[in-house]
Amino acid sequence: MKFLRPLVVFLGLLIVWHLVVTFLNMPAFILPSPKSVILVAMARADTLLGHAAVTLAEILLGLLFGTLFGIASALFMAYFRPARSWLLPVLVVSQAIPVFTLAPVLVLWFGYGMAPKVAMATLIIYFPVTAAFYDGLRRTETGWVDLARTMGASKAAILRQIRIPAALPAFASGLRVAAAVAPIGAVVGEWVGASAGLGYYMLLMNGRVQTDAMFAALFVLAIMAVCIYFLIDLALRRLITWQTEADPASSF
Amino acid sequence: MTPVEPQTMPHDLPVGLRVENMQLGWNGRSLVEGLTFEALPQAWTCLLGESGVGKSTLLRTIADLIAPHPTTQITGSDGKDLAGRIAYMAQQDLLLPWLSATENVALGARLRGEQPDFTTARRLLERTGIVERADARPGEMSGGERQRVALARTLMEERPVVLMDEPFSALDAITRTQLQDLAFELLQSRTVLMVTHDPFEALRLGQSIHILRAGANGDHKPIIPPGTPLRDPTDPSLRQNYHAIMFALSHRTGAAE
Repeated sequence: MKFLRPLVVFLGLLIVWHLVVTFLNMPAFILPSPKSVILVAMARADTLLGHAAVTLAEILLGLLFGTLFGIASALFMAYFRPARSWLLPVLVVSQAIPVFTLAPVLVLWFGYGMAPKVAMATLIIYFPVTAAFYDGLRRTETGWVDLARTMGASKAAILRQIRIPAALPAFASGLRVAAAVAPIGAVVGEWVGASAGLGYYMLLMNGRVQTDAMFAALFVLAIMAVCIYFLIDLALRRLITWQTEADPASSF
Repeated sequence: MTPVEPQTMPHDLPVGLRVENMQLGWNGRSLVEGLTFEALPQAWTCLLGESGVGKSTLLRTIADLIAPHPTTQITGSDGKDLAGRIAYMAQQDLLLPWLSATENVALGARLRGEQPDFTTARRLLERTGIVERADARPGEMSGGERQRVALARTLMEERPVVLMDEPFSALDAITRTQLQDLAFELLQSRTVLMVTHDPFEALRLGQSIHILRAGANGDHKPIIPPGTPLRDPTDPSLRQNYHAIMFALSHRTGAAE
């Protein structure tokens, strides 16, 4: 039943979509029928998969770099107290600027290849990972730290043995959010300027009024995003089996 | 924090605890002044006081987690510093949820970068009667079981002085009595200073009982109930001591208001 429910919802939505198209007499260039979208997806499977591979690579590289930079920044701020008052405002300002407005600049700097998209995805992932992990590191149960100090632990040992493991559930919440938003960065990057990728293909098909092909690309992107999210969620659940505290973001 | 110094003195010899002219404050507000008391070696000393008076602060100061007020002198009964000779047990079990019971017991070695001795850890879990849960994580255990693991962890450190901050207060009555008995038996060779809010617990376990009061504590005298622990707190001969404790707890000195 657990696996059946999303399937039922998905099929239900397809039926509603089909009924809307049939009874409202929608022109195909505004809203194509689900059937035509599926047919186009099958006919152009090779093209779609080729573009999907590019976007997937951009998302995964963005996740990798964003997570690595995020972990490094959070650890740096947690370990060196003075660093936090310098880095935290930078972090907040970096989020006040909508990442999308940076896309043209990034394309200007890094060209039309994969680099600006990876940079976009990295930027969009960096903040939730840093904020969540740093928050987790900062809110270590003081009793644990007290206990460790009476046992003769060094500051580094407390960080490694207590504060980092204690912050992992919070880090996992951040990574889940990041996994959900990562495709946005890559696709926005592709919209601004690209020669490959699902975002590029969607824009191209939109220009040619091949709305059904655009929807097919959208579908592939959605499936990919959902798969990335669930794989990361599954991996985190396997690796981090404890809860440090009631974690409101874990239900995200 | 003072790092544990290498074995310049035998860290496992019995030693008492002497606190002289202790001042405790919080946020610049003075709570307790001029407290002097002694915890006799290899005996249980209980510390009572109304909530918020600074009992936990006192323990944390002795454990060197908070810098003491300059007038405060804390030494061992041998006149030497107590650094590295104190183990600490809190009201919460403070078990790390990602480690098994055995790993939690051997936590000290892990934190000091030493090789953990899991054989001894398991033996101590046997002595605290919880060895069947040796591989369980804290999340799978009851409150009583977790405090048994915490007790084994305290024993594992082999420190002559043990500071306890209401370690049994979160447990139900039966479990609490069982754990009091167990802790008393296993910690007999240690000097125990226990903070509690329960007069019965103090009468049951304390060789001597000290009441911490807000304000000046210059006239401080311990209450020493007759007999030796473990006592039966419902024994009629303890009634006088019970009333003395209740009286002291409900009457402030008022000097430092």
